[in-house]
Order: sequence, then structure tokens, then C-alpha cells
Amino acid sequence: MKILNQNLGKVSRRDFLKTMLGGSLAFTGAAAGENLLASSKTTNPSGGKIMDQHQGDSHNNHGNTGTLGQVNYEVNGFDPTAMLYDWDFGLVSELPDGSILREFHIAAVDKEIEVAPGVFFPAWTYNGRVPGPSLRCVEGDRVRITFVNAGSHPHTIHFHGIHSATMDGVPGVGAGEIQPGESTIYEFDAFPFGCHLYHCHANPLKRHIHKGLYGAFVIDPDPTRYQGEEAQIARTRNHNYPENKEFNEMVMVMNGFDTNFDGDNEIYAANSIAFAYMNEPIKIKHDQTQRLYLINITEFDPINSFHVHANFFDYYDHGTTFNPTLKTVDTIMQCQAQRGILEFSFKDFEPGLYMFHAHQSEFAELGWMGFFEVMG
Amino acid sequence: MTTLEKKSTRTFALSTWVYVLIPLVAIVLMLLIFAYTNPLGLFTANLPPIEDLSFERIRVLEDGFEVTLVNGGPDPVTVAQVLVDEAYWQYQISPSNTLPRLGRATVQIPYPWVEFEPHEIVILTNTGLTFNGEVPLATVTPTPGLQEFLAYGLLGVYVGIIPVGLGMLFYPAMRKMGRKWLGALLSLTVGLLVFLFADTLLEAFEVASLLPGVFQGIPLVLFAALLTWLVLLAISAQRRKSAGSDPSKQAIYLAAMIALGIGLHNLGEGLAIGVAFSIGEAALGSFLVIGFMLHNITEGVGIVAPLVPGKSETDQHGEQSTSQEIQASARSKAPRLATFIWLILLAGAPAILGSWIGGFAFSPFFAALFLGIGLGAIWQVIVEVISLLRNYAQREETSLFSWMNLAGFVAGLAIMYLTAFLVKF
Repeated sequence: MKILNQNLGKVSRRDFLKTMLGGSLAFTGAAAGENLLASSKTTNPSGGKIMDQHQGDSHNNHGNTGTLGQVNYEVNGFDPTAMLYDWDFGLVSELPDGSILREFHIAAVDKEIEVAPGVFFPAWTYNGRVPGPSLRCVEGDRVRITFVNAGSHPHTIHFHGIHSATMDGVPGVGAGEIQPGESTIYEFDAFPFGCHLYHCHANPLKRHIHKGLYGAFVIDPDPTRYQGEEAQIARTRNHNYPENKEFNEMVMVMNGFDTNFDGDNEIYAANSIAFAYMNEPIKIKHDQTQRLYLINITEFDPINSFHVHANFFDYYDHGTTFNPTLKTVDTIMQCQAQRGILEFSFKDFEPGLYMFHAHQSEFAELGWMGFFEVMG
Repeated sequence: MTTLEKKSTRTFALSTWVYVLIPLVAIVLMLLIFAYTNPLGLFTANLPPIEDLSFERIRVLEDGFEVTLVNGGPDPVTVAQVLVDEAYWQYQISPSNTLPRLGRATVQIPYPWVEFEPHEIVILTNTGLTFNGEVPLATVTPTPGLQEFLAYGLLGVYVGIIPVGLGMLFYPAMRKMGRKWLGALLSLTVGLLVFLFADTLLEAFEVASLLPGVFQGIPLVLFAALLTWLVLLAISAQRRKSAGSDPSKQAIYLAAMIALGIGLHNLGEGLAIGVAFSIGEAALGSFLVIGFMLHNITEGVGIVAPLVPGKSETDQHGEQSTSQEIQASARSKAPRLATFIWLILLAGAPAILGSWIGGFAFSPFFAALFLGIGLGAIWQVIVEVISLLRNYAQREETSLFSWMNLAGFVAGLAIMYLTAFLVKF
């Protein structure tokens, strides 16, 4: 009780100081206040130089928590906000039998990436980004992936989906591990529809996954294969149909980085960058339905999770069904490689910031935390 | 001296200079070659920098933490992020977030810490390495004010001055016991000193391990001990040559040496207590202080043991002298009160200094250095007390390793070991 009282005293003292600061800012005018905040931010040592490149810095102050500074997305070569909507549909052509061929090109590349402001991780990447490109095709498509290993270690691509044994991308089967400087072709018909993933399966597996070799692999259902209501839902899921454009579709790959290689992650995130959507909230149109392809590839921890504030969603585990596997929930958990589709809406919600994060508070405070910003 | 001789010495001086210059020029040349051609490039081409960041001090402030970092590694280290209790936290760092070799930086972290609970601070560098610092029990670190200064000074008085003084109160009784018991009393002193030697050694190594590798903590301790011992040897050799062999003066000198050695040990104890109180382990408070008081009483006994006359007038008069005569002669030869006060201050006052340093400005470097000096001093004191014991044994025609002496030694060790139960955990 004594401790509690002392803490209350402490908090109220701090609040008092905050009020004082707020008061003085109001006194000198909002513009001056912003200048003051901006100038105090540029004293941040690790990322001050690129601070002004990014919008939404005003969201950076959440009770002194979070990382200090900004990650340089240009040097990284990928921006977590752009990554949400960035699909690789492949090179599409028609085969003699009338079916669709989709060709993808993936290269494994060693690359140092900045995973939190000023914190550099010696990653292994597919096409220079972590997560790798979000591959998207349609149920029944012939998928052909040309894989070049431009990295320093043997790698593979193992797809979660249905394919022949030789196309499994594991050591000792089919092409097996692809040596540096060599290449192979993975080819299969895309089944079943759903939200899937691919990752390197070279040994040691744990190291190859946590170094960054993974990505989203989404197979849209083909509406012509279904009837009635199912066909209608399939049309909303299939990127070739106009019904699909009514949805705001996003990809989040939940991952972590063990920067000191002690078998415990220092950084957790969705799409690699700690607090990326905290510093730059995801803009949401209030009249648009949201569809989130969520994949967990976090290494070292048994599960990861997703929780959204002030809202509920329908969840389609693995995305392989037309009916939700969980209805009206606000938290789901996924083991490694588990994934699913979340559908929710902020229709009629008050505009503002709605938080989402892993509901392992530890992961949240180590970077896996963000905001949806519902626009008016 | 002839001119020829003068000339030859001058030529010799010139050639000496040349001979000194040759290796120096060679060294500079070698350094230049390494600097410009990098012959070791093959080994270091793709190696990441070696980082070694130490937490020198964590101060708990009203509204957060203030961390002093030292870069003890060969390369500069850049602080990228700060975590408190596994959460990223905002911070300010000065003078720069890049610490050069042996450079220091102060990190301010606003944090709503919880009173009497532990917190962990982690520094994440730009290469992704982590360095941990611990706040074992969060409570506001004292800032040096008059009141705190007095309070910490009093702590030193409690664990240093008072117990040593109390121990010296046994002196009259020790005199009464007479020379039959002197061997046992001196052996008790040796037992006590051996305990303190081991205790100081372990504490010195513990403090040394807090130092960044570049300061070579354990060699620092050992060399400080060795140098101290050699200096004390030189001093006592000089004394033996210049001063006469007035036994009472010799006795006071030895008592002063014991007091000095114990004083340096008590400096270490003061440091430990000061640090414990400043990081909140004061929760153990009065128990710890009473423990140290009881523990250190034996030190007072040890210091005055050489002052018990071993060669009293009874030696001249034989066994016929009456007890009144012995008492009278003993009373006449007792050291003055001022001598005791000086001895108490010499042995006890360093605890006050230690408590201040530990409480307000703890530095593992100086702590290790002082503990090393204490080690050397205690070692020399052990040597001197044993030589006194040997002389005594020769005079009495008994063995140095008599049962009596062994019993005294064991008693000294045992008392220190058992009373240490009150202060070790």
C-alpha cells in the first residue's frame, strides 16, 4: 500500500510537469510548440538526419516508450507502409491448354538491414527485402519460380501449399539445397486457395528462417469453381475481380530479430521494422472493409498474436475457407507458420488512432505495436 | 680527470644517444608501415568490430535512470537504442551516442520505476549487440548533501571507529593475562589477519571483474598489493637500520602497521556498505551495521595485541617478583591514551571515507586499487606479526607452532568466520 501511494505520488508529479509543459506550449502558440518538439527531436542521436523525410512523427511520443529516431527506408530498400499493399503478381501468360502461367523471380541476397533506428541486422533476404516479395496467384495457376542463390550460404524455397515431393525445397529432396551462385526452378499448380507463406528450408533451419528468408504466398480462390454465395465471396478475394477492389487488402508478416544471436529476439515487428506503424499509422478509410493477410514466422517464440483495439474481426484460419473459423474476436494467436485472413471494418467509428499489437506485452514493447488511423 | 677522459665520456654519451635512437626510429618505422600498408588486412577484412561497453554507474533519479557508460573495447561503440525491462524507451545521451575507445557517455532515461523492485537496463548498439545493467532494488540514489554526507559518515563510524575502539577495551584484560597468553593473542591476530586477507582478496577480485577488460582489473589488484608490500618492506628495513631496538616503540610501530592494514580493509568494507545503502540494499539496514560492528571488534583486539609487553621486568627479576611489582611496571609501560586514539582512527576512519565514496562516487577502478593496496598491507602485517611471534617463541624456548599458538590462530579465524555470518549473504 505504501509503495502504491508513493507511485501515485510520482505519477501525479510527472503529470503536473506535463501539464506545466502543455500550458507553456499553449501560451507560446501551437506553431512555436511544434518547433520546440521538432527541435527537441532532432537532438535524437540515432536517426535525426532522416527525421524530416517521414510524416507522422507527431505520433512518436507515447509516454517515453518506443525507439528513438527513424529507420532509413531508402537505404533499406523497402518501406513497411508500402509493403502492406505491395503484391508480386508475377509475369502472367497463357499456356497452350488455356491455363494461366505465373512466373516469379526470386534471388537470395545477403543484406544488412536497419530493423530499428540505428540497429543493423546482417540479414539474408529474398530480393533484398524482409519479408520477401508477397507472391500472389490464383487457385489452379501454373506457378513457376526461378530461384537464384546470390547469397553466401546454400538456400532453398519451401512453399506451404500442394506440390510434388521434388518441388518441396528441402535438403536432400529434388534440387535440395541450392549452392551459392546456382539456381533452380520450382514449379507447381497453386492449391489450395488461402493465405500461405514460403521460407528457406536449408539447414540449420532456425538460423535460415530468423535471418529473414520468408515471405507471403497468397492463392486467391477461382470464383468459376464455386457456386452461389461461395462464388460471390471468391470474387471479393480474387484480385482479378472488381469486387476485390472494395476491400483494403494488407499483408503483415509477424517476425522478430535476434540482433545479438543469443536465441532471444531483441526486436519484434510486423514487416520487420520495430514500431513502424506506430511512427507512421496505417491510414484507414472508414467506409472500406479491411482484409488483413496475417502470417507468423517469428523464430524462438512458440506463438505470436494479433489484437486490435476497440474493434472485432472475423478470422479465417489459413484463409482456406469461405466461412470464418472464428467470428467476432479481437485477439487471435498463431504458432510459427500459422496464418490467416482477418476481416474487419471501422464503418461509423469515430476518426482517430486505433492501436493494434501482439498481445504478448513483451513483443508489443519490443516493437510489434502500431496504429490504424481512421480518417474522417 | 684528464681532458682525454672527458672527451671519451662525451663520445660515449653521443654514441649512447645514437644507440637509443636506432630502436626508436625502427619502432616509428614499423608503426608507419602498419598504419599505411595494413599488413593484417587479411585477418580483419570482414570482421565486425569488437564491442565492450561497461555500465560504470546507474543512478536512480526521481523520474528515471542516469547511466554512465564506458567503452573498454578497442573500437568505437555506437549506442542505437535503450531498453528498460525489455521495452524500448526514449533516452538522451551526452556528449555523443558514439563512444571512442575509453570514452564515456551519460544516458538519461525517463522511466516510471517501481520502488524496491528490480529493473534491467539494456543498451542495444548499432551492430545489434546488447549490454546489460541492473538496478537490484530501485530507490533514489542519494545525492551528496550535508545530511546524506553526515549519515554516510556515521555509517563509517559505526562499522569502523566504534568496533575497533570496543575491541581495544580488552587491552587492560590482555595485559593482566600476562605474557603466558601473549603467544595465543598474537596468533589470534594472525588468524584475524589471514581471514581479512582472504576476504579482501575475494572482494578485490569481485570489484576487479566490474572493470572493463582494458583496465586489467585482477593484475591491477595484484600489482597494487605487490608494490604496497615492497614499499612496506623498504620502510621497515629503513626503520630497523635507523631506529634503535626500543621494544615499546617497536610494539607501537607494529600495532600501527596492523591498524593501517586493517584500515585499508575497512575502506573496502565502507565502500561495500556505502554502495549497498545507495542501491537500496539498506533494507537490510541495521542488521548489516550491527553485524559489521561485531565482526570488526576482533580487529581492535588484534591491533593492541603487540602492545602487551612480552619482555616485562619479570624477566630480569625472575619468578620471585610480586604481582604488585608486575602491575606497577606494566602500568608504567602502558602506551598513552593518545596512541590508542590514533590507532583507532588509523584502523576505523577509512571506513568513513569508504562509505562516502561507495555512497556518492563509486568507481570500480579506485576501489580495486585501494583493495589491492590493502591486500599488500595485510600481507606485510601478517609477516611482521609472525616474526614477532617467532622471536617470542625463541625467548620462551617454545615452538612457533605450539598448541597454544595454534589455538589462538584457530580462535581468530573462527571468530571472524562466524561473525561474518551476520554480514555475508
